[in-house]
Amino acid sequence: MSNIPDIDAKGATRKGRTGFVLTQSGRKVIWAWSFLALPIVFYSWIRFYPTLSAFWISFTDWDLLRPATFVGIANYQKLFADPIFWKVFGNTFAYLIIGTPISLLLSFTIAYFLDRVTFMHSFLRALYFLPFLTTAAAMAWVWRWFYQPIPIGVINGILSNLHIPAQQFLRSPAQALPSIMVTGIWAGLGFQIIIFMAGLRAIPSTYYEAARIDGLGEWAILRKITLPLLKPTTVFLVVFSSIGFLRIFDQVYNMTSNDPGGPLNSTKPLVMMIYQTAFSSFDMGYAAAQTVVLFMILLAVSLGQLFVLRNR
Amino acid sequence: MADMTAYGAELPANRKRIRPGLILTWTVLLLGGLLMVTPLLYMFSTSLKSAGQVYDLRLIPLAPSFDNYIKVLSDGRFMRWFANSTLVATTVTLSNVFFDSLVGYTLAKFEFRGRYFIFLAILSTLMIPTEMLVIPWYLMSSQLGWLDSYWGIMFPGMMTAFGTFLMKQFFETVPDDFLEAARIDGLNEFEIWWKVAMPLVMPAISALAIFTFLGNWTAFFWPLIVTTSKELYTLPVGLSSFAVEQSIQWEMIMTGAALATIPTLVVFLVLQRFIVRGVMLAGLKG
Repeated sequence: MSNIPDIDAKGATRKGRTGFVLTQSGRKVIWAWSFLALPIVFYSWIRFYPTLSAFWISFTDWDLLRPATFVGIANYQKLFADPIFWKVFGNTFAYLIIGTPISLLLSFTIAYFLDRVTFMHSFLRALYFLPFLTTAAAMAWVWRWFYQPIPIGVINGILSNLHIPAQQFLRSPAQALPSIMVTGIWAGLGFQIIIFMAGLRAIPSTYYEAARIDGLGEWAILRKITLPLLKPTTVFLVVFSSIGFLRIFDQVYNMTSNDPGGPLNSTKPLVMMIYQTAFSSFDMGYAAAQTVVLFMILLAVSLGQLFVLRNR
Repeated sequence: MADMTAYGAELPANRKRIRPGLILTWTVLLLGGLLMVTPLLYMFSTSLKSAGQVYDLRLIPLAPSFDNYIKVLSDGRFMRWFANSTLVATTVTLSNVFFDSLVGYTLAKFEFRGRYFIFLAILSTLMIPTEMLVIPWYLMSSQLGWLDSYWGIMFPGMMTAFGTFLMKQFFETVPDDFLEAARIDGLNEFEIWWKVAMPLVMPAISALAIFTFLGNWTAFFWPLIVTTSKELYTLPVGLSSFAVEQSIQWEMIMTGAALATIPTLVVFLVLQRFIVRGVMLAGLKG
């Protein structure tokens, strides 16, 4: 702590050191630390200690019953040799790799056009934003009902009216993951649209005026002005959405509760594997190793995306 | 709705003629928007149908009735879960508004050795996913007797790095002169924060409050883990167990889902502008 250069101290601490209690800056330092006292306890105890603890547990065979013993990297070896883990790993990235581009493309397109529409603007915006305020666990059941076979499911009902054959959706290993992903995209779209619109509003209109004087068309303005200036917003949303998809759980848990993560583990994301290993099998050491892997993935994705988008 | 009349009156006078492209854009946006709320409309529609009518997929029920709501609410479970969620979300929100603001303010407006270190340490917790912490939290809770208690549900979220960072950003825009004037008036540092600085960042506080409340109202993963008795379930966990138990009685499940959704929708309809602005603020600064 002390070897971090104290750029802000200037005269403040120097005075504080000599005149201690009576100087105003000295008193302010005491106030500052008293304001921070409880938060420091909180962050140390509820954030940092559990983080270290998770790493430690991942090297043990702790199962809640017997005391934990150190087993080295056995949990990680077991994990990387487990075919279900690789299936789950693939699923988790499928949610991310398909879900993030689709939801960003949709939300940008909607925000771009919604931004120009003034007639009943707040009503339209509300329609798109409402799903963001719903509870994922509740809406998962609505979507689950939508995906039911004829005569219950709404989507298959519409398909049959259009003379399209009924689809399996959640019952098919091929269609179940995309079906759940649609729910995730739907739930997150409103937030992304709002953020994109805020980003679009922040671009000064003089840029557009100058471009029009230069004779640029709408498409050229979009490519040369709007998109580059929107980069910080886009980076934020890419990372935010990716992390959301990598941590998907609520929808999968509720939409596949009769066969969690099924059919045939085709929808199971990493968080669900963690949940089952820890709280159904109580294999805490193994589950902790999975959480460490999740942490590494999240870290890599956020650092990687920031890096890629910053250099473009 | 105010937009409609305002722009309607303005358009013919001083704007360009409405282009056909704009009408097309508007129509497509309306259709897309209606598609977005279709799941909600169907949820409400089915919650008003009887078991026999569920297979009838029309949106407006033939004989709408609140019987399902009466049935679902009659045994008091949903009321209990509703009360639990309200208590948990409100307490956590108040705690975040207080502590995140206090820490954000301290980091923005006080000069002391170690300030940068504390800031980085708090910020670094953003990188740690909840999923990694739940196993140690579960262990901690079982040792301290916090499992299956309100405190057990609430303790992990009492302060957040996101909120602290958001509030710090906003407190940095508060002019030092205001705080100095209060200091000369003889207010102590706590009073300066609470009475002078806090009122100046009300938009940020409301953004933080909205985000924290919504996040905790819809939270599922940790409440699912930490609660075992039905009396302590939050609304999402309760609904999930209720839906599993109802099996294929979709009209009952839709009624439960509607009950879980109505509170946030009502709050949104009342505070729409406020909430949208709050989300923009939090999203851009956070």
